[in-house]
Amino acid sequence: MKYSSAITQRGVSQSKYAIELQNVTKRFLAPTGQPYTALRDLSLSVAPGEFCAIVGPTGCGKSTTLGLITGLERPSAGQVEVMGKPVQGIDPRIGYVFQSDAIFPWKNVLHNVATGPLFRGQSKAEAFERARDWIARVGLSGFEDRYPHQLSGGMRKRVALAQTFINEPEILLMDEPFSALDVQTRTLMEDELLHMWSSISASVVFVTHDLEEAISLADRVCVLTAGPATVKGIYTIDLPRPRNLAEIRFEPRFVHLYQEIWEDLRNEVVISYERSKQQA
Amino acid sequence: MNEVNNRPDLSAAVSTDVDQGVESHTARLRRRRIIVNILRILILIIFIGGWELAARVGIIDPFFWGMPSGIWAQIVTWVVNGTAQGPLWQQIAVTLEETVIGFVLGVVLGVVFGVLLGRNRFLADVLSPYLKVANSMPRIVLGAIFGIALGLGIQSKIALAFVLVFFIVFFNAFQGVREVDRNLLANAQILGANQRKISTEVIIPSALSWIIASLHTSFSFALVGAVVGEFLGSVQGLGLLIQTAQGTFNANGVFAAMTILAAVALITEYLITALENRLIRWRPNTVSDVTI
Repeated sequence: MKYSSAITQRGVSQSKYAIELQNVTKRFLAPTGQPYTALRDLSLSVAPGEFCAIVGPTGCGKSTTLGLITGLERPSAGQVEVMGKPVQGIDPRIGYVFQSDAIFPWKNVLHNVATGPLFRGQSKAEAFERARDWIARVGLSGFEDRYPHQLSGGMRKRVALAQTFINEPEILLMDEPFSALDVQTRTLMEDELLHMWSSISASVVFVTHDLEEAISLADRVCVLTAGPATVKGIYTIDLPRPRNLAEIRFEPRFVHLYQEIWEDLRNEVVISYERSKQQA
Repeated sequence: MNEVNNRPDLSAAVSTDVDQGVESHTARLRRRRIIVNILRILILIIFIGGWELAARVGIIDPFFWGMPSGIWAQIVTWVVNGTAQGPLWQQIAVTLEETVIGFVLGVVLGVVFGVLLGRNRFLADVLSPYLKVANSMPRIVLGAIFGIALGLGIQSKIALAFVLVFFIVFFNAFQGVREVDRNLLANAQILGANQRKISTEVIIPSALSWIIASLHTSFSFALVGAVVGEFLGSVQGLGLLIQTAQGTFNANGVFAAMTILAAVALITEYLITALENRLIRWRPNTVSDVTI
């Protein structure tokens, strides 16, 4: 395999890979009692400080992959390692941004952002001070007392980002975090994410079904097959950083990469679509 | 040129139109509220006046059905001279004490057991047939047992109020825990919550809207428990007041005690609504203005 090329080695960890999945298979029991294979023989490694995007057809098992890295799910076969050690339970070095709203609706912005430090045993004064700092960094100063239902979708996403980044994760997992946002807000949030990411040295696994988003953000794009998912192809994105997300998609190199990866992805999307038609 | 000159005038005209629209709208709302209140008072007058008139003319027999002036006189007598079983305020205080203690115990234990069983699927599976039996039984009949076992004092009434409240709150809390958003649970775990924090910071706040919704119903059930308990045998309380009035064919006395009970229930209902608004401030106001 060809990962070691063009990987920005910004991490400080001793192990070679921040995340390593070796021949991982995950089977679930469907409600009907039938076993259902979500992932089959999937191998993937992410270097420290690398931004890796995973794309694949809808429902192919992208989120399951993230679940295995967090330790919320266990593999049926194979090995999942984080920082060179097998995953056992939930690793405090991991941060996770969810697809849907997962901030607490009964906490205001300040308490939502301070949740992580408070859970991890920091004093209230310290937690709130750091929370105010992160709220300012995501541009929500003045909204500390608001409750989530009083905020727009983009603002709630900012709260979710601050809530995750305040824990200074070494590994950042993102499950289609911006898919519910409108296109303009989404580009703003992607910009913000890259900016925040450049200030910490985290490895990122970013799951998305949007190839354009994947190429704009990532160092590497990993294409998964229609379920059961396994790795179909891995592409190195050699676009220079810092990137101007508003214009990057017009660059010839971007267009070239897009066409190359889309060839690969399209077949899988068609397979997944044919299957869903048969089921319907 | 003309067009350019006209523009400010045009916009001014539009804005005053809008202002007038808003004004007439608020005026219409105010007028509607006044009419609603007038009609409400009118219904009360017709009902009480009609009752009084029918009783005086002889359409209904005030001996069996009472009459408003008699009910009022009875309340005044109780307030001024006290009841046969002691001062009126003491009867109210006793019934309220039984209700509130039964209610608080029922709510606390209902929430604790609801959360416990909601989080422990195995325990819930083991106990589910017994819970179904306990829930389908008309629990008010337990009053008879409590009367025998706990005597004529307030304990038997507290026990009855308690069982009525407990099951309502328990089932709501249980359901509320089951309905917690799985993403919120996963998020809390990843942010570093231990099991205790997950209960106190995620599950209980999330189940709280279910629990609070049950408080309205369960408080009136606590009152039912206390009053029925007093019916079945007691030395004090509003339930005994009703029973004594019934035993002496004093229809006005029954209605007078009922009126006092209704007033007590309304005041507590108001307090619970205030508590609800405080506890779930974070919830958007989806339900608007269903004042009855």
